[in-house]
Amino acid sequence: MTQEPAIAFEDVAFGIGDLSAAFSFERAAGSVTAILGPSGAGKSTLLNLAAGFLTPSAGRIGLNGKDVTRLAPSERGVSMVFQDNNLFAHLDIRTNIGLGLDPALRLDRTAWSQVDHALDRVGLGGFGKRMPATLSGGEQQRVALARAFVRRRPVLLLDEPFDGLGPGLAADMLDLMLEIRAEVGATVLMVTHDPDEASAAADQILFIARGRIAADAPAAGFFDRADLPDLLAYLGNGAKRRGGATI
Amino acid sequence: MLTRAEHRTARTGGWSALLCVGLGLAAPVAVLISQGIEAAPSTEQGTYLFRITRFTLLQAGLSTFLSLLLAVPLARSLARRPVFPGRRWLISLFAVPLGLPPLVAALGLIEIWGRNGIANKGLSVLGFETPFSIYGLSGILIAHVFFNLPLAVRLILPALERLPPEYWKTAANLGMNGFSLFRLVEWPAIRRSAAGAAGLVFMLCATSFTLVLVLGGGPAATTLEVAIYQALRFDFNPGRAVLLSFIQVGLTLIVMLFLRLFSVPTEEGQTSGGGTSRPDVRGGLHVLLDAVLIGLGLVFVAAPMIAVLVSGLSADLPRLLGDTLFWRAAVTSLSIGIAAATLSVLIASLLVRGRYSAGNRPGSPILAVLAGLSGAAGSLTLLVPPVVLGAGWFLMFGGTTGQLLAPLAVIVLVNALMALPFVMRVIEPAHRNTMERNGRLAVSLGLVGLNRLRQIDIRAMLPALATGFVFAVALSLGDLGAIALFGSDRIITLPWLLYQKLGSYRTADAAGLALLLGGITMGLMVLADRLGNRQRSEER
Repeated sequence: MTQEPAIAFEDVAFGIGDLSAAFSFERAAGSVTAILGPSGAGKSTLLNLAAGFLTPSAGRIGLNGKDVTRLAPSERGVSMVFQDNNLFAHLDIRTNIGLGLDPALRLDRTAWSQVDHALDRVGLGGFGKRMPATLSGGEQQRVALARAFVRRRPVLLLDEPFDGLGPGLAADMLDLMLEIRAEVGATVLMVTHDPDEASAAADQILFIARGRIAADAPAAGFFDRADLPDLLAYLGNGAKRRGGATI
Repeated sequence: MLTRAEHRTARTGGWSALLCVGLGLAAPVAVLISQGIEAAPSTEQGTYLFRITRFTLLQAGLSTFLSLLLAVPLARSLARRPVFPGRRWLISLFAVPLGLPPLVAALGLIEIWGRNGIANKGLSVLGFETPFSIYGLSGILIAHVFFNLPLAVRLILPALERLPPEYWKTAANLGMNGFSLFRLVEWPAIRRSAAGAAGLVFMLCATSFTLVLVLGGGPAATTLEVAIYQALRFDFNPGRAVLLSFIQVGLTLIVMLFLRLFSVPTEEGQTSGGGTSRPDVRGGLHVLLDAVLIGLGLVFVAAPMIAVLVSGLSADLPRLLGDTLFWRAAVTSLSIGIAAATLSVLIASLLVRGRYSAGNRPGSPILAVLAGLSGAAGSLTLLVPPVVLGAGWFLMFGGTTGQLLAPLAVIVLVNALMALPFVMRVIEPAHRNTMERNGRLAVSLGLVGLNRLRQIDIRAMLPALATGFVFAVALSLGDLGAIALFGSDRIITLPWLLYQKLGSYRTADAAGLALLLGGITMGLMVLADRLGNRQRSEER
């Protein structure tokens, strides 16, 4: 079986002038890729292009062998987890997860039991009737992962999902994400600004600078490289540059 | 932060302002009550009162229903399209009707929807025989929707724009669209604003005077306020006016209590031009539908204003401007406006300062009363509509319209009380802000008392004070409610003059006057808005 790349960006271009971005890369099914780079470099742009929130001005985006360049976000087979506001604050936890199964919430009993199972899976069994505001930040992200879990889409896009959770909690969440990814068999693109998180979770690194892919390399030993001026500048200000979230 | 002496002054000021508002409200109400005891309704009068009340509620209810029914989809369409040329301009335009003198708007509406208006010509081309009538219930509804649809849109839209961008991304990612999106995301987000807007619109329509006076036509389409005016000015039947006033106040009281259940969206919020992108929104036919809806909304709101402009410009403006009567009316209007605005800003400042001082020491029951009453003073004036207030004073003077000073004073007072809630809303945040920012510093420098007022507080609040003042002038300039009761050969204001021209079918003169009056008030409103923006940017 010839291995079709799970994610393929072919000369994808977006925007013009100083804010332009152009990406070309491929990812094998089941891989986990961390996307790093300075604020405003285009990390989130890349993710939003993959998700379909932005439409490229040129190029082609393929997901699992299908050209999705012109497809709506919901038709692309992707799940997405953001840093904040993953849950509709006025809907309870079960409903938030249930929407992942059917956007009009027409769910039968088996579907609802799937929802409850997903809650159990992320360690929040019995939380279904609670409102998002009554949960901690980490618990809310677990719910978001639970929704990705029930959706079982082949591509999982994460936009700094564990930022602001504190190191211990972030590490736990990372493990949970990797387990869920393995169970679903999804290919992961994960924007992060934490080199440790990238080393721990990813097999590949995409380093983005000024709207271009400055490096596309295996994660092992990546942060010890001295041949990338952009990387040195990025790490130089302290290996863990907090804040400056990409929006 | 205030010194002990300053607290004393602030509280004294607050109490005296309350006394002033209280007297302004209580005196006419007391007169109404004392007269009301004598005026027990006969059965015949009972049916009349019932009919008027029923119509008031009916037209207010229908106006509210129609305004909201159109505002919700329009706000959704605008939220779906965060970027298009002229969007910011359109949303600013939607703020205009609120500041337009009702009489001027009524004229524009007649130009568009009247017997010879564009709408009826269009309908007759399409083969409709009976023309749409601007007079009666249909006219009142059109006018109320013209005023309140844009208001409701401006109240509802921020609730949608405030939603985090991730919501729309998640909706797109999950494939929610159309009705599911409305049911699960949009409606829960706008429910509170929509309910608040509905209450506000109902309140405005239940107390609407000028529009019903001009467009109501006949006893079949008369509301309580207009009936009070008719009872006093035409039939001289004080008993009936008193009973109508009671019903009117009872009605507004019920509506206000009802409104308290919802939080009325006071802030229209920053309607950002092109903030959040909407990846959940599809192209194609949906673009067309939104464009049609937004376009219709634009035409509906803009057409009457353009009509005022066009017909006003075709009037004989030089002759109008050469008329001494016009200048007399203009000077009277402006004097009343300036006096009312000065009084309103003064009362509002004293109330705001008193309330701040009283709120500073929780636990004291008397101060709690001061704080509560100062806050309520604004809404209390909404409770007793200008015509009802005027009616009380009118009866107190024995209905004689020949006097000059007393009616003028009453008109100024009524206009000042009318503007009070709006002026307070502008001044209060500015005062809070300067207190937070400069309070400690001023006290630590020993900059207290009059010096502090002059050097710090008034200076810091100047844009807000100016905004409130200009807004109050504009509001007073466009008012027909108080003057309708007291207007005479000796007291003529611009709206009163315009109303007389309309009544005597001097249509061209009326159009010219409407343009002048509308132009002046709009100019003042824009000025107030500019000043308000300056204050806000200084606070940032």
